[in-house]
Amino acid sequence: MLQLITFSTLNGVLYGMLLFMMASGLTLIFSMMGVLNFAHASFYMLGAYFGFEISRRIGFWPGFVLAPLLVGVIGALVERYGLRHLHRRGQVSELLFTFGLAFVIEELVQMIWGKLPVDYRVPPQLDFVAFRLFDTTYPAYRVFMLLIAIAMFAALLTVLTRTRVGLIIQAALTHPDMVAMLGHDVPKIFMLVFGAGAALAGLAGVIAGPALVTQPDMASLLGPILFVVIVVGGLGSLTGAFFASLLIGLVQTFAVAMNFSFAEVLGPVAPPFLGDLWKVTIAELAPVVPYLLLVLVLIFRPTGLMGRRES
Amino acid sequence: MFRDGLDNRGGRPIVRLDQNGLTANAPIREDTMKLDAAGFTLAFALAAVPALADDTIKIGYIDPLSGGGASIGEVGLKTYQYLADEINASGGLLGKKVEIVGLDNKTNPQESLIQAQKAADQGIRIITQGNGSSVAAALSDWVTKYNDRNPGKEIIYLNYAAVDPVLTNDKCSYWHFRWDANSDIKMAALTNFMKDRPNIKKIYLINQDYSFGQSVQKQARAMLKEKRPDIEIVGDELHPLLKITDFSPYVAKIKASGADSVITGNWGQDIALLLKAAADAGLQADFYTYYAGGAGGPTAIKQTGLSHRVFQITEGVPNSAPEAAQKWEKDFRAKEGVALFYPRAVNEMRMLAKAVNQAKSDDPKALAAQFEGMTAEGFDGDEITMRKDDHQLFQDMFISSFGPLDPGAKFDEEGTGWGWRKVGVVLANDTILPTTCKMERP
Repeated sequence: MLQLITFSTLNGVLYGMLLFMMASGLTLIFSMMGVLNFAHASFYMLGAYFGFEISRRIGFWPGFVLAPLLVGVIGALVERYGLRHLHRRGQVSELLFTFGLAFVIEELVQMIWGKLPVDYRVPPQLDFVAFRLFDTTYPAYRVFMLLIAIAMFAALLTVLTRTRVGLIIQAALTHPDMVAMLGHDVPKIFMLVFGAGAALAGLAGVIAGPALVTQPDMASLLGPILFVVIVVGGLGSLTGAFFASLLIGLVQTFAVAMNFSFAEVLGPVAPPFLGDLWKVTIAELAPVVPYLLLVLVLIFRPTGLMGRRES
Repeated sequence: MFRDGLDNRGGRPIVRLDQNGLTANAPIREDTMKLDAAGFTLAFALAAVPALADDTIKIGYIDPLSGGGASIGEVGLKTYQYLADEINASGGLLGKKVEIVGLDNKTNPQESLIQAQKAADQGIRIITQGNGSSVAAALSDWVTKYNDRNPGKEIIYLNYAAVDPVLTNDKCSYWHFRWDANSDIKMAALTNFMKDRPNIKKIYLINQDYSFGQSVQKQARAMLKEKRPDIEIVGDELHPLLKITDFSPYVAKIKASGADSVITGNWGQDIALLLKAAADAGLQADFYTYYAGGAGGPTAIKQTGLSHRVFQITEGVPNSAPEAAQKWEKDFRAKEGVALFYPRAVNEMRMLAKAVNQAKSDDPKALAAQFEGMTAEGFDGDEITMRKDDHQLFQDMFISSFGPLDPGAKFDEEGTGWGWRKVGVVLANDTILPTTCKMERP
């Protein structure tokens, strides 16, 4: 039991941190520009594919650095030449734009790399067993993923709260006009934030690619969960996104580990109309749990765990 | 429940947009009348296109070419195209060329019906499918209904891999023929093999949560109880089909259960990723599988380091196949860059060629009559028979294990240096199970 709890916690935290790497960018972009970026998970996928392409040419580590930068540049270009033009037309067209973009990216990826998963490997330097606990091994690469995610969280927090750039970004979040009056180039800030958000998603892709599967539907598999994270955390709240990511990661992992059903806990006689549901184990419900959480949060706490505004 | 839904839908007209335009059955709702008109014209235009040219025999390949099932769907498509090329190189069938038309169903029953309708609209009258028994059940049902409504335009459905037993039992159809051994046959063979392995004490079942996975789960329990009542089933898991990218939580659970063996019917990425997660966690267990040899599987097994501890049941093992089959496999690998995962596809196409030549026609009605009771030489040299009662093919089945290549063995998989070794045979005669099918012949 202890073994199961330990490893479920490790797996859950890791999955949560991975979610956070994406959710952080998504929530920043949302709070600044009011755009719910449907293409965000696509940047994650691009990161993984760029990482793969670079790693098979010049190695994993150059890919680790270059791929997120490339994705960041693409993100910035998308903002500069796409979203900025649409900004005047309101949020609906921006939303539709990112929605379409997600499909375009998926199709492009399929055209370039094919529909099959690509062989994106863990670098040999990290391909060993980090530690052994209760006779279960834990791969070093997963530890590496965890460390990168934590480092990124720390860096992001420092930049936003301790630096001048962060100060301007924070100001631009709430009072863009005022910041513009003070002589800052607000559209440029938007572009940089969008690019940085995309780069973070790209980084998540680069490190998740070898551990999970690099394939064209990785974006659409992960996208919906991301929205759960930022809604549960509170739209626009970075700390909210952090805790929500961990929460979702842990909830989903632990749900898998739980074998009991309502029937076992509350007795074999099901209430009327609940016959089938009564026998389903929590483990089988695991994939639905995050969405259930989404619905509950929206009903009982529409602002999310840490959100401040009602949007 | 799932079937009911389809039955309901089956009779109701729908309009759908697909990539090529509208595929229309006459809709009734008024707000779609406009669409209907457009669809009608389009369908009409399509019918007028000389796609129905008499010089090709088109086979609609309805399988996942995107999404989680794509890795094996693509391999299947390559296999069929190779087989079609082979037939065409030797002059085609009745002088006609064979063409494989790939139709992406995304492993989704509903999408499959749209694709099947699309195939029908193009004049395709032979369809083949394999991945996903949920898809197969929907298709079989659709084909039966379509043929009832469109006499003279019948479609025949050749199933090469969907193994839910129900397809040749309660829900059998005259127009459906299956080349793969059904799930019960495979489980019977696997459990016969396991019966004599005393090291098995605790078993964990992990399967995909849909008709096929549930049938594996049910049969494994029933057959183990009968053959090895001493074995304890320490876990019984159903997980979502082709949606999971990290099996670590499941493997942690298997580990915690103390299981020494795992039985799984998982296929596609679900088996490759399960094995990959097992490798990461250092899970030391024997795996009794249906499809560990699928795309990505061999690479993952190599990573687990479980030498000759992962078993699969198939109708062919390349390393112990007769010479002719080995030569064929060698050429196939050289050209397509993948292993022959579906020897049954070869059997299917060879029997199709035989049926066409014997009937001197490619009309599905004539073909179905030919297939009933047909015997042929299988890819591995055994005699294979399509049982008339339920349209289930019977053939020798092999159990093989995966590990470092034996001296003299020719084929390793996915460049791992490891290959399959035959460890057990179940002769065709011993795989015959009774059927509950009451075939309705037209």
